[in-house]
Amino acid sequence: MLRAFTFNEVLFLLDATKWTIAVTLIAFVGGGLVGLLIMILKVVNNRPAQWGAAAYVELFQGTPLLAQLFVVYFGMGLFGYDVSPWVAVSVVFTLWSAAFLGEIWRGCVQAIPRAQWEASAALGLSFAQQIRYVIAAQAARIALPPTVGFLVQIIKNTSLASVIGFIELARAGQIVNSATFRPFLVYCTVAMIYFALCYPLTALSRRLEGKLHGAH
Amino acid sequence: MALIRIENAWKSFGKVPVLQGVSLEVGEGEIVAILGRSGSGKSTLLRCINGLEKIDTGNIWVDGTLVNAAGADVRKLREKVGIVFQSYNLFPHLSVERNITLAPTVVKRMTREEARAIASDVLRRVGLEDKIGAYPDQLSGGQQQRVAIARSLAMSPKAILFDEITSALDPELTGEVLRTLAELARQGWTMVLVTHEIGFARNVAHRAVFMHDGKAWEEGPPKQVLVKPETKELRNFIASVLD
Repeated sequence: MLRAFTFNEVLFLLDATKWTIAVTLIAFVGGGLVGLLIMILKVVNNRPAQWGAAAYVELFQGTPLLAQLFVVYFGMGLFGYDVSPWVAVSVVFTLWSAAFLGEIWRGCVQAIPRAQWEASAALGLSFAQQIRYVIAAQAARIALPPTVGFLVQIIKNTSLASVIGFIELARAGQIVNSATFRPFLVYCTVAMIYFALCYPLTALSRRLEGKLHGAH
Repeated sequence: MALIRIENAWKSFGKVPVLQGVSLEVGEGEIVAILGRSGSGKSTLLRCINGLEKIDTGNIWVDGTLVNAAGADVRKLREKVGIVFQSYNLFPHLSVERNITLAPTVVKRMTREEARAIASDVLRRVGLEDKIGAYPDQLSGGQQQRVAIARSLAMSPKAILFDEITSALDPELTGEVLRTLAELARQGWTMVLVTHEIGFARNVAHRAVFMHDGKAWEEGPPKQVLVKPETKELRNFIASVLD
């Protein structure tokens, strides 16, 4: 028997949205920490570190996120480790966003003119002091818009977590659709919820980009 | 004993030789102007003195310490020798005050109050005490360069290197920077200037050094060297600059 698409179904979707948000936050915070490490490995003057970080980035940027989810979720099972969808999703999204955030931030650090490094070195600042007082502050400003922009990509890509049975917004949409069989209505609602999450961030990212010029 | 002593310094970038056996001494309180065509190695020589570049062979001593020794403390060196760049290189995200107090507070571990007192003192020396709260992009090129000079003074180095510091400025802004330099000269700072301002070199410097082919080609009191050059190369250079 088919159910009607009522307010209750909308509530079910909204409830699942909190897991979308949770995965996004894990991916952003975890990916940010690992991404910071990737960025540092790429800018320090050490060949093996640079190669290692580059290989990492190539691996995660060069394969589909979907495949990464399958490999970790089912692959770990083959080796006798039964991972829950939660663990698989957290690990994959963290590693995946780290590859992108690391690259975004590396670009921002390298966009700071060499003259800024020289001027601070000439004043006797150590490498750590140069990073802390001169480079990071300037890099962070140019990094803000693309970082917020990537946060939007994370939100949308969390929908892929549904393929390993993780119940978030997209998976909840599938469930509601099988019960009501009103695909157009259901998926429009799902899309609108994604939009409501993403649009404020996109707008923020655009505003930050505009503000960047000339502001201190 | 000389404050800065360079002995037979050689350096090349890849296969391009830049310094080919430069020797030069700068005494305490002395003002030395280095002149020469672009590519003659003047800027590289300056950058080697405070360790921004490394020489391949030869020796550079600053205040009795061998700069190019393995394991030489380049940060200690930079507290003794400041440098001012052609493109000012102020920190754009920091106020004039913070540009100046950053190194005294984080390198010399002064308190913010001590450093602030020094900032107002050095800004007064360059005539910009009213700009202490401004940001670099609110200043003209000449003012930015004077702040850069003040930033270097704030570390009370024993010598300051100036790398073509008026070359990026419009002619009407050059004057204010040269006046600042003349004032520092009067106060007795040890200065090494790479410059194209022959008139300034003649009036302010104690000694002029003409660099050619990576060597100190001809040197002496500016009024003598720049007025009656002995070598053909320096004669040609002066003629081409005065044209």
